[in-house]
Amino acid sequence: MSWDQVSDVIAAVCFVAAAFFAAVAAIGVIRFPDLLTRMHAATKPQTVGLLFALVGLGLRLGEPSAIGILVLVGLFQCATAPIASHMMSRAAFRAGQVRQDLLVADELSPVMDREEPRGAP
Amino acid sequence: MIEVVIGVCVAVLGLCALGLVVRMTIGPTVLDRALTFDMIVSITIIGLALYGAIRREVDTLPMLLVLTLLGFVGSVSIARFIDPRDVDDEEAPS
Repeated sequence: MSWDQVSDVIAAVCFVAAAFFAAVAAIGVIRFPDLLTRMHAATKPQTVGLLFALVGLGLRLGEPSAIGILVLVGLFQCATAPIASHMMSRAAFRAGQVRQDLLVADELSPVMDREEPRGAP
Repeated sequence: MIEVVIGVCVAVLGLCALGLVVRMTIGPTVLDRALTFDMIVSITIIGLALYGAIRREVDTLPMLLVLTLLGFVGSVSIARFIDPRDVDDEEAPS
């Protein structure tokens, strides 16, 4: 087997993994009862699935310039997805949209009455 | 061979997006919809990556970059500026 065939097979495996993670996350988002649990499911395709897809695309293209942009996309997604999830979950908690009976540990409620800087979500 | 595998993956991604549209419709809060929107954006990114892989072309890479940052800005601004207290109820107009 030549290198092209080997890289194609690895890329196919990566794409199947990405689709699998996306499917699992979609099932979780549809079935879970609460925003935080749905958020737990929704982060799978945002980071792992996307990184698998980018690795597969890089293997399939095989050009150094394309790989540079792919690394940038992965870096941006890994840097921005936690920020968005943090702001969303905090806004949900402040608005009381979190089901308290499903929480195992709650460390935010005792400190939430303190003064927070302007612009905090 | 790899085209068949990629086609199956695209079909799975389409089914995922349909299910997420269902979740986006039934809500029940604005933040659920923002979260689902974020996921649909990332599934779109994966789909564009598959498109670029099946065509072996680099034209989709700037789209991936733009969609990554656009999804971030969209969900952060929704979480920041929208009042998440409004929930879809039977009596409350949505």
